[in-house]
Parts: sequence; C-alpha cells; structure tokens
Amino acid sequence: MTEPTIFELSSPGRQGVRFPVSDVPEVEVPAEFRRKDLPLPELAEIDVVRHFTRISQKNYAIDLGFYPLGSCTMKYNPKINEETSRLPGFAFTHPLQPEDTVQGNLYLMYTLQEWLKEIAGFAGVSLQPAAGAHGELTGVLIIQKYHADRGDTQRTRILIPDSAHGTNPASSAMSGFEVVHLPSDARGNVDLNALRELCDERLAGLMLTNPNTLGLFDENVTAVIEMVHSAGGLVYGDGANLNALLGIVRPGDLGFDIMHINLHKTFSTPHGGGGPGSGPVAVAPALVEYLPDPVVAIIEPGSEDLPPLYGYAHPAKSIGRVKAFNGHFGMLVRAYTYISMHGKEGLRNIAEKSVLNANYLLAKIKGVYHLPYDRRCMHEFVVEGMWPDAPGIRAFDIAKRLIDYNFHPPTNYFPLIVHEALMIEPTETESLETLDAFADAMLKIAVEARENPDLLHEAPHNAPVGRCDEVRAAKQLILRARKA
Amino acid sequence: MFTPHTPKDVEVMLKTIGIEKVEDLFTEIPEKYRFPELKLPLGLTEMEAAEELESIANANGSTKTLLNFIGAGAYDHYVPAVVDMLLRRGEFYTAYTPYQPEISQGTLQAIFEYQSLICELTGMDVANASHYDGATAAAEAVILAYHHFKGKRTKFLLSRAVNPQYREVVRTYMRGNQAVSILGDDPETGIDASMDKLIAQIDAETGLVMVQYPDFFGRVIDYKPLIEAAHNAGALVAVAVNPTALGILTPPGEIGADIVFGEGQPLGIPLSFGGPYLGIFAVTNDLLRKISGRLVGETVDNAGRLAYVLTLTAREQHIRREKASSNICTNQGLMALASTIYLSLLGKKGFEAVSNLCYQKAHYAAAQISAIQGYKQVFSETPFFHEFVIRSPQPAAHLLEDLRAYDILGGYDLSKDYPELDNCLLIAVTEKIAKEDIDLLHDALIEVTHD
Ligand SMILES: Cc1ncc(COP(=O)(O)O)c(C=O)c1O
Repeated sequence: MTEPTIFELSSPGRQGVRFPVSDVPEVEVPAEFRRKDLPLPELAEIDVVRHFTRISQKNYAIDLGFYPLGSCTMKYNPKINEETSRLPGFAFTHPLQPEDTVQGNLYLMYTLQEWLKEIAGFAGVSLQPAAGAHGELTGVLIIQKYHADRGDTQRTRILIPDSAHGTNPASSAMSGFEVVHLPSDARGNVDLNALRELCDERLAGLMLTNPNTLGLFDENVTAVIEMVHSAGGLVYGDGANLNALLGIVRPGDLGFDIMHINLHKTFSTPHGGGGPGSGPVAVAPALVEYLPDPVVAIIEPGSEDLPPLYGYAHPAKSIGRVKAFNGHFGMLVRAYTYISMHGKEGLRNIAEKSVLNANYLLAKIKGVYHLPYDRRCMHEFVVEGMWPDAPGIRAFDIAKRLIDYNFHPPTNYFPLIVHEALMIEPTETESLETLDAFADAMLKIAVEARENPDLLHEAPHNAPVGRCDEVRAAKQLILRARKA
Repeated sequence: MFTPHTPKDVEVMLKTIGIEKVEDLFTEIPEKYRFPELKLPLGLTEMEAAEELESIANANGSTKTLLNFIGAGAYDHYVPAVVDMLLRRGEFYTAYTPYQPEISQGTLQAIFEYQSLICELTGMDVANASHYDGATAAAEAVILAYHHFKGKRTKFLLSRAVNPQYREVVRTYMRGNQAVSILGDDPETGIDASMDKLIAQIDAETGLVMVQYPDFFGRVIDYKPLIEAAHNAGALVAVAVNPTALGILTPPGEIGADIVFGEGQPLGIPLSFGGPYLGIFAVTNDLLRKISGRLVGETVDNAGRLAYVLTLTAREQHIRREKASSNICTNQGLMALASTIYLSLLGKKGFEAVSNLCYQKAHYAAAQISAIQGYKQVFSETPFFHEFVIRSPQPAAHLLEDLRAYDILGGYDLSKDYPELDNCLLIAVTEKIAKEDIDLLHDALIEVTHD
C-alpha cells in the first residue's frame, strides 16, 4: 500500500514534540533576517512513529534474511555494538573537548589504530576517512604528495585493473591523476605483460583489490607489487575484501603500501541503508608522516600507577585534514567492540567461515551457473546470470526472481568484465541451512528460466512494489514532495 | 562467535567442496605469509565487552557531566526519544544502499522526504541524499563549481569566517589540482562583516565564493551585496548553513545562493565525538545535473503504483568511473534518516521553537558575560544567532582551564585558528542550556578573573 509522504500527512497546528518556554528576557530577531515562512510538515508524535515504522516495513534487511550482496559484506551486525556506541560517555562527548576530558575516546581510537595496524600489517593508521571511497581519496592523495615531495612530478598515472570498483578510478581522477586501465588475464589475475609495459617513469601507483572483485586472490600478487615498486610506484590496496584475509594473510606483509579498511564491511558496523561507513587508511612505514592530520598518539607514557596520556599528533608531511573532527567515532566504537569480542582466534574464524561459505555455495550451484574464472574462490564469487538456451533471461531477471524467494539479490552487473554478472558473497554469519535454501532457489530459478521465463521477467511478484520505471523517474524528475 | 557452524556442518561443507580441511581453502596465499600470529588480546564475551566499553566511556567527561558551551561546528541539542527508537529498526539500519527499489521503498521514501525537507529548509530546488559531513560538502561545492566552468575558472574564494576545518578539507581535496587556487581567507582579507575586501577579489577567474551563515563566529551577515557581485562576475555562491538557524532566519535560497550546504548534525544527531554526522547539500535547478551523490526520484512501478528509485545515476562513479562528478558511494543514509525524523517530529512549530530558544538564550548569555568587567563582546554591532565571540582579559586557554574547576567547558579558544582574535572565546548556547547555567558561567567567570 502506498504510504503518503510526511507532507501529505501534515495537518496545520499539530506538533510532535514540545520544548520549554524561554526562561530569559525576550529579544527581537532583526526583521531583515527574520524568515517569513517555515514550510515544514506538522504531525503528532504517533503519526511520525507510524509513518516511519510503516515505511521501514517496505525494506529488506540483514535482520530479515539472507543478503548475499557481493563486495558489500552484509554480515550480521551484532546488537551489542548498538548499545556500546550509544553509551552516554561516548555519545555526549563534543569533538572539541580538551584532550584530558576525553581520555576514554582517545584510548579507544589509539587502541583501534594499533589493532588495525596489527591485523593488516601496516605501520600507521588514520581513522579519519568516512567511507571506503573517502579512504581511497586519502590514499591517492598520499601517493600524490609522496611523489611531489620527492620532485617526482612526472608521475601522473594511476593504474586501475578492469575489475576494479568505480570508486577507484573516480578517486584517482579527483586527486588529479590520469587513470590508465589495466587488463586482467585469463585466470582473473592482473595481466603481468600489460603491467610490465605500463611500468615506466610516469607511473605513480597501482590500485589493487585483493581478493579482487571476482573473489579471486591474485596468484601473482607479490610479483605485481614488486614490479610496481621497482618502477618507483606505490601500491594501493582497496581493502573492501579484507574479510577474507583476517588472520590468513596481512596485506602489509605482501608489500602493499597503503590500504583502506571498510569498518562497515569487515568489522560489522551496519550499512544504515547506504551509510554511514568508516574507511580508516593504513600505511607502510615510509608513509606514516603523510597521514591526515591529526592522528591519536600517546603524548606522555604511562607509569606503574598512571595510564598514558593520549592526545593528538600532527604527522610532519600530512596531506592535511580529509574530514572535520575525528572521523566516524560512533562507527569506531562499534568496530572496537567487535574486534575485542573476537580476538585473534575469532578474527581468523571469520575469514575461514566466510571463505568456506562462499566455496560451499559455489560448489552447490556451479554446473548450473557458468563460472567464467573456474578457480577456488575466497569470500565471494561471480557467476554469469544467463544461458544460451534461455534467451531473453538476464542477470537482472534472476536477481528480481530471488526476491520472490525472500532473498536479497546478489550484486549484478559488477564487475564489468563478467557478462551478466551475479556477484555472491554469503559472509561467515550464515548457516548451512540458509546457504542450502538459497542454492535451492538459485537452482529452481535456473529451471524456471527455461520453463516459464515470464515468471522471471515479471518478478518480483510479492514485493511492496513491482519493477519500477527508472526511465520515467529520470525524465520527469520529481525529486521532492508536493505539499499537501 | 557470530558464526553458526557446528563441527558437523563444517564436515558436510568440506565434503561438498571436495577438500579435507579448512586450511586447504587458502593454498593460493603465499606460504611465507600465510596464517600470521596476530598480536591481539583474546576475545571477550558480550558481558565482558559491555563492561569494558562502559569503563572506557566512563573515563570521559561529557555534556552529561560537564556544562558545555563548546559549539564551533557541532552542537548539543536535545534529541527526542522517537528519533533513536526508529533508527534502531533493523529494517532501516541493517539494509544496504537501495539498489533494489522493490525491496527498499522504506529507505527510498525516507531519502525522498529528506531531500524535500532540506529543500524547504534551505529554500533551494534540489537536495542530494547527503555527503559525509559539512567539511566534505564544502569540498564538493568547490569541485562542483570547478566542473561547472569546465576547469576554466580556477580561483575559489573562501571567506575567512568559514569554519577553519572546512577550509582545510577543501585545500586537501584540491591539492592534486595545480591549476586551482584557494584564496580569500588570509588575515589581510580579514573577517570584517562588511565583506568588502572579499568582494573586491571577485573577478572573471572566480568560480565560486563560499561564505557561512551564521558564520563561524555566529554572525548573521547580509550576503546580498556579495551574491550580487559574484553573479555579476559570473561566479557561483555557496553558503554553508547551520540548519538550526534556518528555523528563524531567511534561508540562503531566498537571497540567491547557488549552493547551500552544511553540517546536518544539529538535526537530531548526537555529538558522538565528531561523527557520524551529515553533509547537507542543495542546489538550484540550474545546477541539478552537476550535483554529486545520490538522488531519489518519484516514479511508478509496473502496476502503476507510486514508487521511488535512485535516479540520474549516470553522474555517479559506478557508471561513469573516472569521469564521475565525485567518488562518493556510501554516504550518510542513516543520519539523513535521523534528521528526517527529527524535522518531521518537531515540525514547523517545534523547529522554530528550538531555533528561537537558541537565539534567545545566546543573547542573554552574551549580555550577561559582556557586562562583566574586562569582558567584551567582539562584533557586538553585528546580529548573531546562537554563538558569539567574547574577548577576555586573559588568554582563552587559561580561562578555559580555570573554568574546568567548575565543571564547565567554557567554549572554543579562537586564537588557535585566528591570531587576530587573541584572548577570544567562541561561546555556543543551545536550548539545553537553562538560565541558571548561564548565570553559573557568568559567576564562574567573575571568580576566575584576576588582573
Ligand atoms: C571493491 C570496493 N571498493 C570500494 C568501495 C567503496 O566503498 P564505500 O562505499 O564505503 O565508499 C566498495 C563499496 O561498495 C567496493 O565494493
């Protein structure tokens, strides 16, 4: 059922919440600045609660079911995180409070920096970036300044594999670099011959996602990194897929120079219907002084009876601030809670179970869905959502039909190098029963595609709305509510 | 921990895959680096973690335990219970970006309503689904202007009275673009409310002029002459706003702003030590196709029912890659929802009331404090909203330190960012501050002042 907008629900004179009357002498707001009309809706509290509760019920979510959205790591979001991040001692601290009044916050940030360094194998971490793409921008700006400081200004190119996420080329372009595309080889690895040819004095760096967006661990990763390093370039790691590597291998050990870490993927902070995320950036020793300003440090070491004094430190060659204040602190508290509950053994278990789940699911649907790069996968895999004997069926149709089976569809049409891509990431928090049920649905859909293709074309059948007219949306462009 | 696998499940799964043990899944990882021993503590149970986090939180002073007058870009407002109750619905916070509209109508409708509310509040035509925060929205405004003029206008003027952190972030974002110069915020141009020296720098090279409303010092300045000068030179104007002020003040959209952006934290989002917050971003219809970030539009489904979808996605990185208008992907969805609920709940009357309470109380505080011997309100001839500047007889840092003995966070020391404002304090007052609190600050100031 269509839910009216809050503007349509408005009735003049209603007010959802009241505030105390002023307890100070009244002063006039200067007439020349006084707003004439404030066209906000007017609703009672119950109207607001029902409205947002009702629209919430039109969403699919992890708390409702399986969400195998590749590259997004839609794992279960532990409820305790929502409690700890709202503790008054955290939630009611102002970002500009004097350091000695926020020693708890600074301790938490310092410790999280240390843990992320240890987990990913790096020498320094900034918690400032707000999301993955923001971390990329930070990292590429570090690459830019590193070369500029060395007088290496002819290094103007960043190499981006054809399987990369769209944010990688976008972040590089935003930082003033020329984007050069790097092909993949037949096994889904970086094409070493193509890379060799691009390794010249114009090379600033390479952005590499590993495991890549095909869910494959690059078999030549150390050779790739070495090649870029010997040409004087730096290697940026898109850490979107770090979930597969926790306790398995540390990207810093493999030679990556910079990497962002998505706390909203690997470390279970919720996606919030599109954000907020948190994208800390980790760097190798040579780049620690380039991190965004400030980082959290121990200002005075502790003693036997006194804890250390934590405070802000200012990296000497910093690229500057990338965000106001201290990053997404609320997300940092969630990630801290999550890591502290796992410890070293627990983290490795996450990676193991995520890779186990992906390989199990792959084994269940493999012969029926074509796997273009036929290798063992890491935490996710990409199959083709099409069959020669089911003309007219596309990945899109399969995705929509999965909704009828009460599953969230996988990512489709990414990565771009697979036709009709269906990118499936089950995550570690799903049970054998859930994986079996999903595999069954996938197999049934493959049969339906041949026997009753319209069932797919017309899907979903039981969602709050059917397929939406996106062309119309873009043509008529209604981007705000009509007022009642 | 949060993995449901029984040993028997694992056995079944390994058999189906055709391997013997879990370690066999990782043979492609270089052996030398495989299975590192992580130096981390042992995992805690939920009960232990809850206790530990509580003790860390308790090591902080907060606005619950200290009387707070710090603002400077983040404000301690009352957040009604409804906001967080609704945010905690798993249907909202455990969903991803609404890429599948059929099962994301809740998120999509909320964003559509958010866009609408921001348009009403700012007086603009189109709002996007959010940027990370006020500072990154400032950078996006500069990038928008740069693209709007196809790189031909390379001078960007930022008023010195724009939040210093915003200006720093703009410079960081633009550091890879050698052609661009960021000017206008030097001490020579200064912070005079007339804006004359800034206006004098607007020329045919200028792509954008950025000002703040109320500005970093809380001042409410008439930007009409500046906007007129910028438009005469063909430049765009971006106005950073504190949304709370727009409850009583004329919105920048009504005086000709091309871009209105700002920090949305005051709209129902906790201080939370600086984030996650909300980057508000709105433009005129003329700039609609230049706006970055997600947009939700209205349409119909295949049965003719009203539906919402992400639209004009061809501007975005997943389609346009290196030619995209921005690299933004994940944004501040849940925070935008918080502000949507907050504004819906307060509504026309409640929001105006909060805005007015801030105004009234700040004016009482300014009058009380500037009546203390040796204390003077700087810019006292310019109207202000809920923040004001006080020059004290001693360095602000000392004063703040002394006030701590009274459990008061007395404000923000301006001399750090503005050497010309030595001994100056930026004091913010919200609706949460009672008259007695202001009197307490007043009395404490008298006690800590010595000549
Ligand atoms: C591989 C990859 N890189 C980068 C990103 C961008 O991260 P964010 O959305 O947090 O900005 C994503 C997110 O979807 C991703 O999957």
